[in-house]
Amino acid sequence: MAPTHGAVRRARLPVAGRLRSSRMPVIEQLPIPSPSQVMLMALEPLVGLEVHVQLATDSKMFCGCSTQFGAQPNSNVCPTCLGLPGSLPVPNRRAVEYVIRTAAALGCTVAKRCRFARKNYFYPDLPKNFQVSQYDEPLSFDGHIDLNVNGDEVRIRIRRAHLEEDTGKNLHLASGSSLVEYNRCGIPLMEIVTEPDFTTAEQCREYLTQLRLILRAIGVSNANMEEGAMRAEPTVNLRDPETGEATPMVEIKNLNSIRSVYEAVRYEIERQRQAVAEGREDELFQQTRRWDEANGATALMRRKETSDDYMYFPEPDLVPLEPDPAWVEEIYASCPELPAARCDRFQEQYGLPEYDARVLTESREVADLFEATCERFEGAAKIVSNWVMGDVMSLLNEAEVAVADSPVTGEGLAELLALIEESVISGKIAKDVLAKMFETGKGAREIVEEEGLGQISDTGELEAIIDQVIADNPGPAEDFRGGKDKAIGFLIGQVMKATKGQANPGLVNEIMREKLG
Amino acid sequence: MPDVSREVVEHVAMLARLALTEDEIQRLQKELGRILEHADKLQAIDVEGVEATSHVIPMTNVFREDELGESLDVDEVVANAPDVADKFFRVPRIVED
Repeated sequence: MAPTHGAVRRARLPVAGRLRSSRMPVIEQLPIPSPSQVMLMALEPLVGLEVHVQLATDSKMFCGCSTQFGAQPNSNVCPTCLGLPGSLPVPNRRAVEYVIRTAAALGCTVAKRCRFARKNYFYPDLPKNFQVSQYDEPLSFDGHIDLNVNGDEVRIRIRRAHLEEDTGKNLHLASGSSLVEYNRCGIPLMEIVTEPDFTTAEQCREYLTQLRLILRAIGVSNANMEEGAMRAEPTVNLRDPETGEATPMVEIKNLNSIRSVYEAVRYEIERQRQAVAEGREDELFQQTRRWDEANGATALMRRKETSDDYMYFPEPDLVPLEPDPAWVEEIYASCPELPAARCDRFQEQYGLPEYDARVLTESREVADLFEATCERFEGAAKIVSNWVMGDVMSLLNEAEVAVADSPVTGEGLAELLALIEESVISGKIAKDVLAKMFETGKGAREIVEEEGLGQISDTGELEAIIDQVIADNPGPAEDFRGGKDKAIGFLIGQVMKATKGQANPGLVNEIMREKLG
Repeated sequence: MPDVSREVVEHVAMLARLALTEDEIQRLQKELGRILEHADKLQAIDVEGVEATSHVIPMTNVFREDELGESLDVDEVVANAPDVADKFFRVPRIVED
């Protein structure tokens, strides 16, 4: 047996691997039936998702190094995450708390007692030659997410959510060597594994969308797939529901967006269906495939002839976890309303269209701002929704300010909207006032008063201006009198211009028609 | 206990990334067999109701707070590396297959 030199082979995490078989009905792998038999079979896809989530702690899982994204190579590294002899890991309490918080959101049970385990393999992304993970004693298990996909209610069971450490990053050079850096190595990673309950790619997409919203709502991760803070690996195979016969399991890797997961799962289900239907048995074997974004197809990475052998054993450097029941209870009790539930409530309570409710509840902060405004505003909730989704969001985006740090609070926005309701200012002026509120942090009324932006509703003052506009524009005035109703628009525009938009447009229209009548 | 099979020895050697000569393989088939025989004696003990011990000290829940500590200077990090390029560890090409 050759020692490792030259190429290093990668042996990585199976999706649930042996664990899966211990908790679900065993599906015997039977010979592929002949094409004629196949045509009679209504094959149903069995898709499972394993998702890795970087937890949003300041420091790493077992040491005090920073988790900052995009730091200089190997600058957030210490003896512990470098696996130097004599170093000892100490678990980050917040990382444990975040998994428990996730467990609460996913309806999981938290283990009364659990341990970390060493997962042994040789690969340069972990300098210790093992990953600290959890094996047969996950921190939490048995939860679910309910999805609504095209009107169908689907329950996806969560098998487990456990805690482990992230690995380093490799860069492959064209010159034939690889570069390794360990800033990511040791960042707390939560692994969430589902049962193979998905039957369509749409369900996978909706699951990941909801999971991401939940993780953000409970504040445990930014769940950004492009930055690698959330990574998904599907397993796909087909089963004959009558006989229980199933095709061999296929894992898909290299997916860095929800869309690519959707496309890869859709492709893979179809690939296996066709292989079965056309009797191409040689294409159906246990394997790992890579999603090829450019070609829109999955491609074979490696055949899996044997199950991976990670020689798991309890991590001797870490003592068992026994989460204090009072602590767990406190975390469960403080679990916020989840986005899907809030979205439903927004439609019922505020009468919002589904679109508005979905957009607003995509971010807890945005939804909070909406509700805080509604609490103090007597007008329609739809008006608040329009302002929050429109002007407020665009001002925040332009200034690159997080909603949580918005200088305009719900109270401030409610005050502004009340000024419109009371006809003190027009909607157009309100946009300018909002921009000034952002800039200065001042209240809407204060700005309107200071800058004299209140609408002119004094009929005497308006009449004088209107008389002047009619005198200055005899042509359009004559057109209107001659029956061209549209001509009044131009004249009203002139009044608005003369008053810098402060004239009450309804009143101007009324007076103008009287005078020209 | 009979000798351990050749396949098992080769598998265990692969997992530990050990290069074994033909003589070593044959010797280890015998030696591992004897080691397993000894382990079998332990297997015979009735441990019904006894919880597996991973730690001899009855201690749980050792945590640290989520606070930043010292990291090493980058030059120290790579000081013992056989090969370094731009503060990265340079290793033989990794095949991701």
